[in-house]
Amino acid sequence: MFDATSHPARPALEGATFDGLVRVEAAGLTGMITLRGDVDAIGMPVADVTGLDVPDTLGITGDGVRALAWMSPDEMMLFCDYAEAEELAASLAGSLEGEHALVVNVSDARAAFRLSGPEHRLREVLAKLTPADVRPEALPPGMIRRSRLAQVAGAFWLDDAGDLRVICFRSVADYVWALLTGAARPGSEVDHFRDVRM
Amino acid sequence: MLILTCPYCGTAADETELHPGGEAHVVRAGPEADEDTFEAYLFQRANPRGVHFERWRHSHGCGKWFHAARDTLTMQVHGTYPAQVTEPPQDILDAIEEARAR
Ligand SMILES: [Zn+2]
Repeated sequence: MFDATSHPARPALEGATFDGLVRVEAAGLTGMITLRGDVDAIGMPVADVTGLDVPDTLGITGDGVRALAWMSPDEMMLFCDYAEAEELAASLAGSLEGEHALVVNVSDARAAFRLSGPEHRLREVLAKLTPADVRPEALPPGMIRRSRLAQVAGAFWLDDAGDLRVICFRSVADYVWALLTGAARPGSEVDHFRDVRM
Repeated sequence: MLILTCPYCGTAADETELHPGGEAHVVRAGPEADEDTFEAYLFQRANPRGVHFERWRHSHGCGKWFHAARDTLTMQVHGTYPAQVTEPPQDILDAIEEARAR
């Protein structure tokens, strides 16, 4: 029988870092909980349990530890510490009892990356990989954008520290790592966002 | 490059973020329909040289299905609108009329 205690979870690309136009890091195990349901019905209970504001369309709210992201008109994603995800998902499910809602701990089905460096370089690396508008006016802090990264789905946002956060399905984590590090390769500067300064 | 604004999330989505779903407002034949009618429902499309009403899914974004009015001759997009309608809304029809009058 599978014994979870003797098979501790391993993050995608454990500890990987890359220094180029920006620093790219595999973010390690990250708690991610998918919340699905009518926001009018599940918003308040979720806000109560998490202590976070319900995000507006395309918004992401956070308190430095947890973050709550708008994913679609009837879906949110809660980011939290990996270790608390299972328990948090259970208490969220409890608070939504009776509602037509779905709570799933998807932590092990996703991979997360953190990119740090000058803002114009972060936006440049991203712009090489996605058709999304990533100019500062189109992707300001506090906004999350779901789009594609080359051939696969991904989502990204700038956090309070000015770092670029990227998530994707874990099954394509290696591919996204190759994309991000390739786009950040030294010597590949485009300087498209040279007018953007922190 | 085709850009459609998703009416659910307001995102100006590039075509590669979207998945096409064919002609919109097709009414299902049946269940008592004869074979010719059902075949027409399945396979026959208006395909005009001009404005098409189409279904699109914001598959790499918010995931929702929506409708778009697009001219296949000029590539002009007259507008997008939610999927929960059985015919194009008046403001879309007005936009098409306005474009024609020009
Ligand atoms: Zn959308």
